[in-house]
Amino acid sequence: MITLELSGVNKIYSGAYQNQVLFDINLSFEAKTCSAIVGESGSGKSTLMNIMGILDTPTSGEVTIASNIVSSMNRKQMAEIRNRTIGFVFQFHYLLPEFTVLENVLIPHLIHNRSQSGQVLNRARNLLDIVGIAKLEKRLPTQISGGEQQRTAIARALMNNPSIILADEPTGNLDSVTTQNVCRLFGEIKKEFNTTFIVVTHDRTVASHTDRIVEVRDGRIISDKLNTKIVPQTR
Amino acid sequence: MLPLKIATRFLKSGKGQTALIVFGIAIAVSVQIFVGLLIIGLQISLVNSTIGNQPQITIRPTGDTNTIKNWEIIVNQVRNVDGLDKISVVAAGNASVPNDNSILPILVQGFDFQSADRIYGISDSIYQGEQLKSLKQVLIGRSLEEELGVEIGDKLPILTPDGGVNLFEIAGFYDLGIESINKSWVITNLVAAQRLFGYRDRITGIIMTVDQDRLFDADKIAARIEEAVNNKDVEVTNWKDQNKDLLSGLEGQTISSSVIQGVVLASVVVAISSVLSITVLQKSRQLGILKAMGITDRDASLIFVFQGLLIGLIGATVGIALGLGLLYAFNTFTSSAEGTALIEIYIDYNFIIRSWVIAISSSTLAGLIPARRSLKLNPVDVIREG
Ligand SMILES: Nc1ncnc2c1ncn2[C@@H]1O[C@H](COP(=O)(O)OP(=O)(O)OP(=O)(O)O)[C@@H](O)[C@H]1O
Ligand SMILES: [Mg+2]
Repeated sequence: MITLELSGVNKIYSGAYQNQVLFDINLSFEAKTCSAIVGESGSGKSTLMNIMGILDTPTSGEVTIASNIVSSMNRKQMAEIRNRTIGFVFQFHYLLPEFTVLENVLIPHLIHNRSQSGQVLNRARNLLDIVGIAKLEKRLPTQISGGEQQRTAIARALMNNPSIILADEPTGNLDSVTTQNVCRLFGEIKKEFNTTFIVVTHDRTVASHTDRIVEVRDGRIISDKLNTKIVPQTR
Repeated sequence: MLPLKIATRFLKSGKGQTALIVFGIAIAVSVQIFVGLLIIGLQISLVNSTIGNQPQITIRPTGDTNTIKNWEIIVNQVRNVDGLDKISVVAAGNASVPNDNSILPILVQGFDFQSADRIYGISDSIYQGEQLKSLKQVLIGRSLEEELGVEIGDKLPILTPDGGVNLFEIAGFYDLGIESINKSWVITNLVAAQRLFGYRDRITGIIMTVDQDRLFDADKIAARIEEAVNNKDVEVTNWKDQNKDLLSGLEGQTISSSVIQGVVLASVVVAISSVLSITVLQKSRQLGILKAMGITDRDASLIFVFQGLLIGLIGATVGIALGLGLLYAFNTFTSSAEGTALIEIYIDYNFIIRSWVIAISSSTLAGLIPARRSLKLNPVDVIREG
């Protein structure tokens, strides 16, 4: 089953001069798979990612998420898809500095629910436990390390049990050991929650953990292959 | 509710900024309360000193006849008119009293004493002597007492326009607080005045007060009396006709008070919306994240509306307390040594509640401006910046 599909997507930034960043992108992602998008800096990976996560709109072409055609949705429906179907992990983690670690994880739930039940609170704590920072739940984002912030962002992305996780350079500023941990974490999460992962990275280690590697250059897909030498997932 | 929670956190995270704007609103509202209540108090004491303890509606004879006949019928007709408080009748006439080598003009006021006393508070104003006990007694005012140099029990000769001289015994001295009355009114019984001037059973006026909270409806009530009586031989006058200057003065005060309050309010709205607009910039990162996580436009806007509401709520409440404090301080400060205040404090709850509600709602509305601005914020721009 295909959860996310792009067909004929073009992106042109029109400012002082026209800048076409994406050229006729056709991509589809099977449910419960993990794909990496790799490419040089400025090749258009983040632009692609933002379009897939309906944060940005393509200049032309169509995006379909969980059988919904994005161009036919209104702002409210788009907000709902972003909240329920997609989990984002950004390169610069972006936690809300005014809220504690636990509260940050709960926010995706509170966006569509007035209050949180004890069950929901347990889920948030459980997610923090999975990412290994259960002890830090009462801290503010400014009081934890970069890697811990990243893990909080991952727990937050999982909160509403989304069918798709979009992660843009999730290990961008993590050391290799932590990067390994995050990769292992993604593998575990995929197994446990049946989530579709799409990860932008220029870290070969991260890419090697995925099922499929899509390479982008100058706004075009230049290669798209299944990852044959999947690294055995160490526990 | 998430927007309320976020609004609270945003306000808490910028404590200094929040405190400053709350303080600003509090100052503005306190000025509003102080000026507003001061002017209301001023107006009330002005009105009271002009028409308090006096009839506010009077029925007088018209034309050549300076007396009213069959007045009992009129009084009965008037009694049913809504909004009237006290009713009394008077038989008055001009006369004079001798003083050394000259004569002093006086106004003999023959009252139905019990009912007139309730309007003027005569018995409470007697500072020496006592109330009238017989038809041969009079009360005279403080100024006349001093002018004539008389004492209680003295005989006062009253000269009527027809040349008659009648002796009355001075039963007491009053002070009604108004110089013109203290100087000229010689108060006696209704029947005594009727006999003195040969009115027989006629009177010269029916005097009335209106309910305390309907002072400013005196003209309407007077019109209704006119209708009820429907008699060409009498005319109905009310205090508003006779105090046009006072009324236009009051109106001027009310307008200037409204202008001050309007200006204060406008500055509150401008201040709040500009501060909250800065917040949109300061918190654009957070807003971008929230939008990326799917917060609805409505809830994103509510964050700012709630910030306006919270700021307004605290600011207005503190401002009212501050304004009242200022008013009491001013009152104590300007009081004379004996403790009589320059102005009376009148706590107009309606005015206070209205000011409170208006300040809070305009502060909430002020939140709409940044709320609209937040809608334009595109999460992609925030996420790209890093
Ligand atoms: N708002 C914009 N207006 C014009 N050009 C833009 C805008 N945003 C991005 N670009 C350009 O689009 C191209 C692709 O940008 P994008 O962020 O998608 O690259 P990327 O592959 O994510 O790079 P990196 O690995 O450095 O994050 C870049 O050349 C960038 O300069
Ligand atoms: Mg990028």
